[in-house]
Amino acid sequence: MKLDLILRVMTKFILPYILVFALYVQFHGDFGPGGGFQAGVIAACMIILYGLIFGLPAAQAIVPQGLVEFLIPLGVLIYAGTGVVGMLLGGNYLEYTYLAHEPSHGHHLGILFVELGVLITVASTMVAFFFAFAGRKRT
Amino acid sequence: MIAGMEGLLTHYTYIVTIFLMVSGLFVVIARGNMVKKLVGLGCFQTSVYLLYIGPAKILGGTAPILAPEYSVYSNPLPHVLILTAIVVGVATLALGLALTVRINEAYGTIEEDEIFARDMVEHANSEESAS
Amino acid sequence: MVITLINGVLLTLMAVVTIGIVRVRNLFAVVILGSIYSFLMASIFMVMDAVDVAMTEASVGAGISTVLMLAALYLTKTEEAPPVHSVALPLFVALVTGAALIYGTLDLPPFGTADTVMHTHLGAKFLADSIPDTTVPNVVTSILADYRGFDTLGETTVIFTAGIGVLMIFKGRSKRRPETESNKSDAA
Repeated sequence: MKLDLILRVMTKFILPYILVFALYVQFHGDFGPGGGFQAGVIAACMIILYGLIFGLPAAQAIVPQGLVEFLIPLGVLIYAGTGVVGMLLGGNYLEYTYLAHEPSHGHHLGILFVELGVLITVASTMVAFFFAFAGRKRT
Repeated sequence: MIAGMEGLLTHYTYIVTIFLMVSGLFVVIARGNMVKKLVGLGCFQTSVYLLYIGPAKILGGTAPILAPEYSVYSNPLPHVLILTAIVVGVATLALGLALTVRINEAYGTIEEDEIFARDMVEHANSEESAS
Repeated sequence: MVITLINGVLLTLMAVVTIGIVRVRNLFAVVILGSIYSFLMASIFMVMDAVDVAMTEASVGAGISTVLMLAALYLTKTEEAPPVHSVALPLFVALVTGAALIYGTLDLPPFGTADTVMHTHLGAKFLADSIPDTTVPNVVTSILADYRGFDTLGETTVIFTAGIGVLMIFKGRSKRRPETESNKSDAA
């Protein structure tokens, strides 16, 4: 099992850059290509790569199964909650006009929150898929 | 309407799209293996993405990220529809694969015909024991 | 013209890969061909100026899908059984469907034309309104999260539901059946 030394070292080297790229794609998604869906998948790829190289227990030590199962509904709740906040502030459901003083800034803020919800749900769902398949015993 | 060779060139995207779609359909109907069926379903699904993205392109245009230097952009609406469809596609693919793994655990095979054959045998056995 | 040429070459490659997917019986090879297929598709999206879609297809189709498929292959089998039924009927269905669809594309506008209905109405409106309404220059993001926010909420819920579904399929134990071998391994 010494043959995968290069893989192990390079994986450790590359992981932080994948995470930074995911965050870049997420928060630069308003100005360049990207958004919650892409960033979520890239962030999940980081955990999946770590799990593939170092084994499932190591990956689950970083992201426990309970945390993943907590984050899947949390993202949907953030998304739906943004809509409810817009409603409480006097608009329609998912209308971001009243989130800030300036309507266009309110829309920008609403987009950021909504994309955050998408990121959390997509990333945790993909990680949950990987954990579910990788944790299964061969029959 | 298209005319001959020129029409083939301008409609080449659509023709390949239809070919991918039909191949996916053929795999889904003709092959009995469940993983193969899911790959075929993926082909079908991806060809629909191409069907949406193809007409959105404008020759000489650029990606729909607004900048003062450009004035012609491709249509952003199909991009949005397909963007979400791709991620939903992988979610449903994972669901299908999970079902396949469970079927393999229950039946010991992922070939459609063998599953049907086993069901028939079990059905006959249960009727025998009931009567 | 260059765009049309690159596009044509990539589309031809995709058609070739698809023929491979249909014909090859080793499922491992099929999954890797599927990954190549997705990556070619991402390149085509890139050529067609759909950068967001290309990014998603490259990370989802060529990345996550392949990992999940390989995991499923590890848990099942990697060789497809030889076909027992005749392929005549499926081939007939596929060819008839294909002919009908090709007939339908004859009325579609040629590739890359600007003066079609989809470009002059809704698309133009979104491109014009995005900056005044939301200050977001990436129109795809502003449509995704703002103009069509309700749609995206639905999509997110679908992903959530699929995630819950996979967890239920793998972890849930049916109450009606007696304890079987596979249920015991679930509990462990």
